[in-house]
Amino acid sequence: MFKILKYSFYDLMRGRWAFLYTAFYLALTSTLLWLSPDLSKVIISLMNVVLILVPLIATMFGIMYYYHSREFTELLLAQPLRRTSIFFGQYLGIALSLSASLLVGIGLPFVLWGVFSSDSTGEWLMVLVTGIFLSFIFAAVAYFIALNHENRIKGFGLAILAWLVFAVVYDGVFLLLLTMYNDYPLEGFAIAGTMINPIDMARVLILLQLDISALMGYTGAVFQKFLGQSFGMMLAFGALMMWVLLPALGIRWVAQRKDF
Amino acid sequence: MIRLNALEKKFGRLEVLRGISLTFRDQGITAILGPNGSGKTTLIKSILGMVLPNNGSILFNGRDIKGQWAYRDQIDYLPQIARFPDNIRVRELMHMIRDIRGKVPAQQDRLVELFGLGPYWDKRLGDLSGGTRQKVNIVQAFMFDSPVMILDEPTNGLDPVALIHLKDLLREERGKGKQMLITTHIMHFVEEMADELIFLLEGNVIFQGRTADLLHRVHEENLENATAAILRDRKIDRVNGHAFTRVTPAFHLT
Repeated sequence: MFKILKYSFYDLMRGRWAFLYTAFYLALTSTLLWLSPDLSKVIISLMNVVLILVPLIATMFGIMYYYHSREFTELLLAQPLRRTSIFFGQYLGIALSLSASLLVGIGLPFVLWGVFSSDSTGEWLMVLVTGIFLSFIFAAVAYFIALNHENRIKGFGLAILAWLVFAVVYDGVFLLLLTMYNDYPLEGFAIAGTMINPIDMARVLILLQLDISALMGYTGAVFQKFLGQSFGMMLAFGALMMWVLLPALGIRWVAQRKDF
Repeated sequence: MIRLNALEKKFGRLEVLRGISLTFRDQGITAILGPNGSGKTTLIKSILGMVLPNNGSILFNGRDIKGQWAYRDQIDYLPQIARFPDNIRVRELMHMIRDIRGKVPAQQDRLVELFGLGPYWDKRLGDLSGGTRQKVNIVQAFMFDSPVMILDEPTNGLDPVALIHLKDLLREERGKGKQMLITTHIMHFVEEMADELIFLLEGNVIFQGRTADLLHRVHEENLENATAAILRDRKIDRVNGHAFTRVTPAFHLT
């Protein structure tokens, strides 16, 4: 598995897209740091970009890499390798290359700025960690969708749809439900509803770390009030872990049964 | 030794292999023939474990290959479409395959020289022409000295000189006592090279034996006419000695 991972990782890192992706984060983070002396504000701005863009790019990379290396995967399947090592190797290669771009793009400017001597180290780390989680989650979801659909157009469409649902539609529907039923006690529902969406989960985690109640919104406030900051965070991390695990198990299941 | 027992494979409602039982000869070149969609590629992909049969079993050296992977160490495979990642160079691809196999290639340098790949050695695979990629494909398949070779349309896109080199190479490997399974549509190539024919039609084996034997049965001079006689005039009863009545609409698989 590590051999496949290594080659997928290098293959992606040398491509134009990984370079552009890293360069974008570098430019964005540097500009934000340059514009605002207040680290918390920089982190909030970054958070808003990361929560939408990381899942989108991870989805695109996951789906494109699978289809792009489809024929090569056939050659790998004929080698003395386990099927699961081929597919997990490729998936981890994608997820790690995305994470590396994020680490360099968001990490480097902050380190140069001197984040370690400020009191925002925790928040900065939280943005990085949730960004990496989202990369793993959405790359896995996209890879799983690609593995299930030989028709590239259909696979691509479904993957983008999945991103759209989690990034945009879900929040709208969720908010609508909360306002429609606001006469009832909705705390349990709100917590469960947030945990189903990894992007919401990441947002709550960052806001809990920032501890700015004005920005937390309803779900963030519920998390803090009913679960407490540390237990809320643990629960949120657990949910993110589940979100990494489930599509990964899906990849495994399909990989063992598919014809090539 | 490779042995198939009542192998069946369906893709959806399409029956691609309909209960194939046969034993491949242990040495020399076996040509697998048949029209598009007759199940050739599905058959060899089943042996490689890439296609998972619905029913039946495949024995490789007496062991069922189901769920196994280490046996592929004994097989060199030349896939039909030579597509590799665009970003990596020929050198890196070879290195990578070597690394994955964990073996030292027996004849890499000789093959690179034979097919004139030297100038392309540091080029990206995405920049190579189709024929050159097929040469790279051949080198990666032949560079290890595995006892079994499976070649899916090896002549695709090769120029005449490369084709001669390929034939020489095949003769040489046959001389070493290797077992080679080849699918192709080039009948001259089969007449020249094959020690045994397997003719597939609509997922059934309708003939297994020597070329001369097949020609004799359908009363034809060469393999091209014989194939035409079987496919167009459906002289299948002459081929396998009994009537072959199942008729299904033509379909195409690539």
